[in-house]
Amino acid sequence: MLSRTASNLYWLSRNMERAECLARILDATHRLTSLPQAEGSTTNEWDSAIATAACAQPFKVNYEEANEETVTEFLAFSPYNPASIRNCLETARQNARAVRTALTVEMWDAINGAWHELKKFGGKKLSSDDFTQFLSFVKQASLAYDGSAYRTMLRNDAYWFSRLGILIERADATARILDVKYHVLLPAKERVGGPLDYFQWASILRSVSALTSYYWVYQESVKPWLVADLLILNRQMPRSLASCYENLSRYLDDLAQFYGRQGNSQRLARTMLTKLSNATMDDIFQSGLHEFIGNFIVDNNRLGAAITEQYLT
Amino acid sequence: MAAFDEMRAPDGSVRPAYAKLADWLGRVPPDVLSYRRREAEFIFRRMGITFAVYGEAEATERLIPFDIIPRILTAAEWTQLAKGLEQRVKALNAYLRDIYSKREILRAGIIPDDLVFRNPAFRPEMNCKPVPHDLYVQIAGIDVVRTDADTFYVLEDNARVPSGVSYMLENREIMLRLFPELFSGHRVAPVENYTDELLATLKSVAPPSAPGDPTVVLLTPGIYNSAYFEHSFLADKLGVELVEGRDLLVKSNVVYMRTTEGPKRVDVIYRRVDDDFLDPLMFRPDSMLGVPGLMSAYHAGNVTLANAVGTGVVDDKAVYSYMPEIVKFYLGEEPLLKNVPTWRCREEAHLKEVLDRLPELVVKETHGSGGYGMLVGPMADKKTIEVFRQKLKQAPEGFIAQPTLALSTCPTFVEEGVAPRHVDLRPFVLMGRDRVRVVPGGLTRVALKQGSLVVNSSQGGGTKDTWVLDR
Repeated sequence: MLSRTASNLYWLSRNMERAECLARILDATHRLTSLPQAEGSTTNEWDSAIATAACAQPFKVNYEEANEETVTEFLAFSPYNPASIRNCLETARQNARAVRTALTVEMWDAINGAWHELKKFGGKKLSSDDFTQFLSFVKQASLAYDGSAYRTMLRNDAYWFSRLGILIERADATARILDVKYHVLLPAKERVGGPLDYFQWASILRSVSALTSYYWVYQESVKPWLVADLLILNRQMPRSLASCYENLSRYLDDLAQFYGRQGNSQRLARTMLTKLSNATMDDIFQSGLHEFIGNFIVDNNRLGAAITEQYLT
Repeated sequence: MAAFDEMRAPDGSVRPAYAKLADWLGRVPPDVLSYRRREAEFIFRRMGITFAVYGEAEATERLIPFDIIPRILTAAEWTQLAKGLEQRVKALNAYLRDIYSKREILRAGIIPDDLVFRNPAFRPEMNCKPVPHDLYVQIAGIDVVRTDADTFYVLEDNARVPSGVSYMLENREIMLRLFPELFSGHRVAPVENYTDELLATLKSVAPPSAPGDPTVVLLTPGIYNSAYFEHSFLADKLGVELVEGRDLLVKSNVVYMRTTEGPKRVDVIYRRVDDDFLDPLMFRPDSMLGVPGLMSAYHAGNVTLANAVGTGVVDDKAVYSYMPEIVKFYLGEEPLLKNVPTWRCREEAHLKEVLDRLPELVVKETHGSGGYGMLVGPMADKKTIEVFRQKLKQAPEGFIAQPTLALSTCPTFVEEGVAPRHVDLRPFVLMGRDRVRVVPGGLTRVALKQGSLVVNSSQGGGTKDTWVLDR
């Protein structure tokens, strides 16, 4: 397979996944800020949203203040934000067009259809109803893409590269949510700040669509350290760091076997997986949640770079 | 101007080849036709079969209108046409080989020197450089028009990078889906094997040093090119990699593509990138679409480019006017296909006559294509004619003129129902090392506006499926 083809498949998936993550972050932030409890909070949730989306720098260049209007526009539609939802969908379709023949008809339909529908949301400012519709459209588009890939692609290198893109992006997104919100996830005795509220924790879970999953897994009320466990170590949870690495490692091994040789990316993924498998939440809290997450983000980027170097260029 | 209608004779009777179709058209209610047309459009859009019109920002992706009524040619008509096409392409190839080597045709005084040397598409870099198997034009698109029952004229030779073949294939595919009942009543020669024939042709022209089963790739300028859909469509059907310049690299005069498993050798490049952009080391240094070093690999005989570099010289409309002489000179045969009588405005006597008769002539730029920069005298208003008169006086060598031909018409489904519209035909000719292949059919383009003679898609033309009856 051409390296460029692999690269487009990888980035196509990353962009679709990123669009969905952004939609979830916006959704969760809108809910959180619409609650009266948020008024007393010392943090600006819109600042958090920008930080979670990892685009504080370009945001500051274009806007003075982070509020509902500016953040929504920046994360969802702004042409100045290369990673806005709109740009993610646009880029995803460009990636798809460039490798049209490597996609199944169903995948192309999902992406092309989303791109056509995206135009409906252009132009003037959206009402909050329309905006809710927009967010659910983005989530649907990502689901349709992911589902069509899962159901129709041959299980070969093309499929594995598309999975790798989703998983690297997903691991990054989950880690960033944790990174921004780590201070509300500390164990009881180490709480920073005042009494933390349920809505913050619920909001974190919602931003990875895991509120219901939480109750299924732990069968008790929302506890911050259990939220951290769910998002970091719990392999039942498809957006947890451990689950992402379980799959990253597996698909990289599939590739290595398919091509008959392995390299740096396989080694890195395996090391990360081992680290996550051997860790306990106690250890992580002990040595510092914030530092753990920070290191993870760096390592995850390193794996992305290794995949690029080994296969995509 | 009474045009030859391919379905009906002047007395209104239906020609035999169209008998069943005319009968069907008489029976089928118009709303069924509208419905099927919408369905066809829906399928085209869904498949993303679009093209870009340069210079139109708001609609970077458009559909070419598709007419659902097929055009029919008889086996006898096709056989006659195919022979002429084969002859034409052989002559084009011989001419190219000659002007890039011994230039006998110049010495014989048949073609003026400056038509070769001052032609912007002439590539001095190709001078005396052998090309694999002496083949220059592996893929040609010859535009022909019909004026009566027996006469086909060649309107244009496209030997640079002819496009449109994906429409020939997709139009057939759509017709088979939408009108299976029509096919069961006719014996229509298949066109689906075009891509097999193309692959066989491309493999046959691999350099002698290539392995037994050569690696073929299709080189595209990328997704912003107007014909990108066609490139990806063809690569898919050929089962070859669709590469961009940045996917290829040249090492020790050998071309490789970058794959997930490391560099892989490439033997034949079906390139849909213009000469100018192929290799920044030899042509335009600002080209981001090309492959540095490609030309030295080509000259070293390690890779075949299809078509060869420098074939654009024969797309020139002034060269076109010499085609009858070119056929005779190289093949010693009478040309089977007619050439439209052409005034070369570069010659003073011709120019004078053209200026005198401007309102009745068609004037074209010698290097123009796609229907841009063209004057159709009888359709133009006075002002446009005067603009052209000035252009002709200023730079006569840039233009040729031809009589306005009465292009044949075919029944076409338009707003007011089924009505005759003017058509042309672009058959695709493949020249391999072993033989010439012409798939029965081609791309029929139709001018959807009543009376219009301009069929180019960039000018609002549509396409039709072209049926060659197999008996």
